[in-house]
Amino acid sequence: MSDTRTGHRTPADETAEQAAERLSSAPAEPGEGDGPGAGPAGLGALGWARWTWRQLTSMRVALILLFLLSLAAIPGSLIPQNSQNAFKVQTWKAAHQGIAPLYDKLQLFDVYSSVWFSSIYILLFVSLAGCIVPRTWQFVGVLRAAPPAAPRNLARMPVYAAWHTDADAESVNAAGHRLLRRRGFRAHRSGTGPVAAEKGYLREVGNLLFHFSLFALLAGFAWASLASGQGGKLLVEGQGYSNTTTQLDDFTGSWAYTADDLDAFGFNLDSFSARYQTSGDQVGSARDFTAHIRYWNGTDSSKLTNGTIQVNHPLEIGSSKVFLIGHGFAPVVTVRNAKNEIVYRGPTPFLPQDSNATSTGVIKVSDYGTGPDGTKTMLGFNGYFLPTAPENFEKTGPVSLFPDAADPMLVLTAYQGDLGTDTGNPQNVYQLDTKHMTQLKQDGDIARARLKPGQAWELPDGYGTVTFEGYQQWASFNISHRPGNAVALTGAVCAILGLIGSLFVQRRRIWVRATTGPDGRTLVEVAGLARSESARTAEELAEFAVDLQESAPALDDDDPAGDPAGTPPGGPPAGPTDDPADPAAPADPDSKE
Amino acid sequence: MHLASVDPQLADLSNKLIYSAMAVYTLAMLAHLVEWTFGSKGAVALRSAEQSSLAETVAAADEGGKAVRKVTVKVATASGGTATLTRTALADAGATVVTSGRGEDEAPDGPGAAGTSEKGDLAGRIAISLTVLGALLHAGGVLSRGLSVMRWPWGNMYEFSCAFALTMVLAYLGLLAAKKNARWLGLPVILAALVTLGVAVTNLYTDSEQLVPALHSYWLGIHVSTAIICGGALYAGFVTTALFVGKDAYERRVAAGLPGGPLRIPVTVWQRLPAASTLDKLSYRINAFVFPLWTFTIIAGAIWAESAWGKYWEWDPKETWSFITWVAYAAYLHARATAGWRGRKAAYLALLAFACWLFNYYGVNIFVTGKHSYAGV
Ligand code: HEM
Repeated sequence: MSDTRTGHRTPADETAEQAAERLSSAPAEPGEGDGPGAGPAGLGALGWARWTWRQLTSMRVALILLFLLSLAAIPGSLIPQNSQNAFKVQTWKAAHQGIAPLYDKLQLFDVYSSVWFSSIYILLFVSLAGCIVPRTWQFVGVLRAAPPAAPRNLARMPVYAAWHTDADAESVNAAGHRLLRRRGFRAHRSGTGPVAAEKGYLREVGNLLFHFSLFALLAGFAWASLASGQGGKLLVEGQGYSNTTTQLDDFTGSWAYTADDLDAFGFNLDSFSARYQTSGDQVGSARDFTAHIRYWNGTDSSKLTNGTIQVNHPLEIGSSKVFLIGHGFAPVVTVRNAKNEIVYRGPTPFLPQDSNATSTGVIKVSDYGTGPDGTKTMLGFNGYFLPTAPENFEKTGPVSLFPDAADPMLVLTAYQGDLGTDTGNPQNVYQLDTKHMTQLKQDGDIARARLKPGQAWELPDGYGTVTFEGYQQWASFNISHRPGNAVALTGAVCAILGLIGSLFVQRRRIWVRATTGPDGRTLVEVAGLARSESARTAEELAEFAVDLQESAPALDDDDPAGDPAGTPPGGPPAGPTDDPADPAAPADPDSKE
Repeated sequence: MHLASVDPQLADLSNKLIYSAMAVYTLAMLAHLVEWTFGSKGAVALRSAEQSSLAETVAAADEGGKAVRKVTVKVATASGGTATLTRTALADAGATVVTSGRGEDEAPDGPGAAGTSEKGDLAGRIAISLTVLGALLHAGGVLSRGLSVMRWPWGNMYEFSCAFALTMVLAYLGLLAAKKNARWLGLPVILAALVTLGVAVTNLYTDSEQLVPALHSYWLGIHVSTAIICGGALYAGFVTTALFVGKDAYERRVAAGLPGGPLRIPVTVWQRLPAASTLDKLSYRINAFVFPLWTFTIIAGAIWAESAWGKYWEWDPKETWSFITWVAYAAYLHARATAGWRGRKAAYLALLAFACWLFNYYGVNIFVTGKHSYAGV
C-alpha cells in the first residue's frame, strides 16, 4: 500500500474521496479523521452509537481484539479445563483450595466457553462483519467503475518516469493502452487521452474471501456444538453392545442430537491386540493397538461385517464414527463364598495408572449371601493388576515393569460389609465405598494376596476363596456424531486460498499520459502506484516503459524526469498520499470530518 | 499396521552424520566470526559491490552506444526524497540491466559482515562453503534416520529438532541461492542451528524406533513437515525482525546525532547490516510467506485430530498455543496495515508472535501435558 511509504500522514491530508478509495485496502481509521481520542462531543445518543460502531469496526480495534483473543486463550492452556479432563480439574481444585473458588468464579476452568472469552471473539466477529460487508460493496463499486483517471500531476506519484519522443501523442497513448492490457492490467482510456490501468484485484477478492470464510469456520463450530453427540463404551474381549443410551456407559447429546437420534448399529469386540517396544531406550512404548470387531448397521444384528478400529483409523458407521480411545486389562476371578458356592465370576476391567499399565480396580461381590457368621454380607476387593510383575515390590509398592502381560499378577485386599449397592444411588464401579465395610485381617495385619494366574486365595475367617483365573483385555470406544465438519473444512480451505490471494497478489496502478508540448515534441509520462506492501512498482514501471519505448523512442538529448513539467519548485515533498488519486475531483468539503 | 524393524547401522550412521554436521557448523560459525572481525577493520562502503558493478556495466553499455532503450524511474522514498531505478535494454540479445540507486536521504544498506575487507570476505565465503557441507551432512543425518525405520524422520522431539534446524539452514541457503543479500543472516542462523542441534542431542535424544500408534497416520508427513518448514522460516523472520529493531534504533541514534550503537553493540556491526527499511521489508515478506503455511499446518492438524481423537478442535494445549501463535501473527499483519503501528510497533508484535511459537514448541512439549505426546519426549 502506498501509505506505508509516507507513514507519517496527518489527518488533514486525507480527503473523504480518498477514504472511499484509499490506496491501502485497509478501511479508513476513524481515529485518523477525528484526531486521537476525539469523541463525538455533543452528538447525542445516535452520535455516540455511530461513533462506537465506527470505533468497533476500525482496524485498530480489530488489532486490539486479536491481541486480546490470543492473550485470553493462554490461561486455558495452563489451568486444567473441564471440557478436557474434569477429573484433573477436581484434583487441581483439591490441591489449591484457597484459590479454586476464585478461579471458579472467573470461569478459569471453562475458559473457552467463558463469558469473557466469548465476548472477545463475538466482538471480533461483529467488528469483522461491520468491516467486511461495507468493503464488499465498495469493492463491487470499484469493479464496476473504470480505474481512476490519471492525476493531473503524475510526477508526484510514488514512481514516475518521463521522456520526450517524436511519436505523436495519441499513438503513444494507444500503445500504452495496448501494452498494459497485454500485461494483464485492466486498462481504460477516455477517448484518445491518457490511460489508467489497474491490476491485482484478486488481492481484495482474497482478503474478502479470507475474512468471510472465518464466518464459515465459526458456523461450522456452532453447528457442531448444537448438533453433535458422543457416547463412551468400554468392552471386554468377547462382549458386544448396540448403540442405545441404555447400553452406552455415558452419553452427552446436544440441542439437536439427543439420545433418540442415536444411529442404530452395534458391534462385538472379538479381540484386542497391543504391541510394545521390547528393547532400547523406548522400552514399553506402544507400537500398535488394534481392536478386531464385527459390526452390524441398522437393527439386524445377525448380518455382521468384520472390521478393525485403530488409533487414527476410526470405523465409520452411518453418520457416526467409532474411535478407539483406551485399553487395559480385566482380571478374571472366581469368588466362592463360605459355603463354596460360586458367587462371582468374570472379567472386571481395571484402569491403567501409568505407562507400564499398572492397573487398579475393584471387585464388588454384592450377591455374596451369608457370611461365616450366618448373617447376610457382601465382599469387596481393592486390587492391583500388574501385567508384568517384579520379583518383589516391598520397596516400590505394586508396580508393573512393562505394559504387556508377560508375567501377570493380581494383588488383592478384601473388605466385608455393606457395599452400598442396594441404596439405588449410582456408584463408581472403579471405587469401593468402605464406609460400612471392614477390612479382612490375618494375624493382626491387613490380609493381602498376590496371585499368579490359576492361583487361589483362601480368605481369612472362613469367607471363602478367590481364584485368579487369568485376564482379558478391554478397549474403550468413543462413539461420536459430529455434523458441520464439511462446513468448517470448506471455510478452512477458502481461508487459505483467500490468504494466498490477499498476501501474494500485489495491487497496483499505472498511468500513461502522452502530451504534445509547445515545441511540437511529445512528452511521455508514466507513473505507478502500489496499493499493497511489497509490490515492485518501480521495477514493473521501468520494464513497461522500456517496452513502450519501442513505440515511443526517447530522444537522446534530454532528461525530463529530472525536471518534470509542472513540479512547483520548492513545493512540498512528493509524498504519494498527499496527492489525491483523482485530482479532477475537487477537494471534498467533508474532508476535515 | 506392518511393523518394520529398525536398521541399527543406518540409525548409527544418522547419529554420526548429525555430530559431523555439528562439527562442520561450528567451523562455519568460527569462520563467520572471523568475517565479522575482519569486517570491522575496513571502512564501510555505502554501496554494495554488486550495485556498483551493475552501474559500471550500464555505463559501459552507454559508452558503446549499445543501449537502445533506457528508462530512469524516479521513486519517492519514505522520507519524502527520491531515489532512482534505471532499466537499460541492450541492443544485442535483448539483455537488460537494472540498477537501483538509493536516495540521498535514505539510509543505505550495509555491505554485509565482511565490510570491505577482502580477508573478511574470504572468511565469509569459507563459512558459506562449510555451511553447505554441514547442511549436506545434516540432511544425510535426517534422511538416514528416516530410512533406518522407513518412516518420516520426525516422530519425536529429537527428530523434529534435527529437521527444524535443517530447515533453518536450508531457508538461509535458499535465500543465498536466490541471490538475495542475506549473508549477514549466516551467523545467527548457524548459531541457532547449533543450539537447536545441541539441545536435541543432549536433552532430547532418543534411539531410532518405530512410532507410537497415535502417530500412525499419513498426516504425520503433511502436518509435521509443514510445521517444520514454518519453524525454520519463522526463525529467519525472527532474526530479521530483531535486527530491524536494532538497526532502526541505530538509525534513529544517528539521526539524533548520538554516538555509539544501541545495546552497546559497536557501530560497525550496525553499519554493516542492511538498512532498517530493507530488513523491515524482508521480515514482512518472510512472515507473510509463512502465515498461509502456518494456517495450513493448523488445519491439517485439526483434520488429523478429527481422525485420531474424534474432534478437530479440543483446545488441547498444543492446539491452543498454535492458535495463539496464529492470532499473534494475524495481529502483526493487521498492525502492518494500520497507521501508527507500522514499523517498530508491528515488529514488537512479530517478536511476541515468535515467542509464542517457541513456547508452543519447547514450553508446551516439556511443561504442559496434553494429548500431543511424543515417544521419549
Ligand atoms: C477474526 C479475526 C481476524 C483474523 C484472523 C484476521 C486476519 C487477517 C490477516 C491474516 C490479514 C492479512 C492479509 C493481508 O495483509 O492482506 C488481514 C487483513 C485485513 N483484515 Fe483481518 N482478520 C480478522 C478480523 C478483522 C477485522 C475485525 C477487521 C476489520 C475491522 C479486519 C480487517 C482487515 C483488513 C482491512 C485487512 C487488509 C489489510 C491490508 O490492506 O493489507 N480483519 N486480516
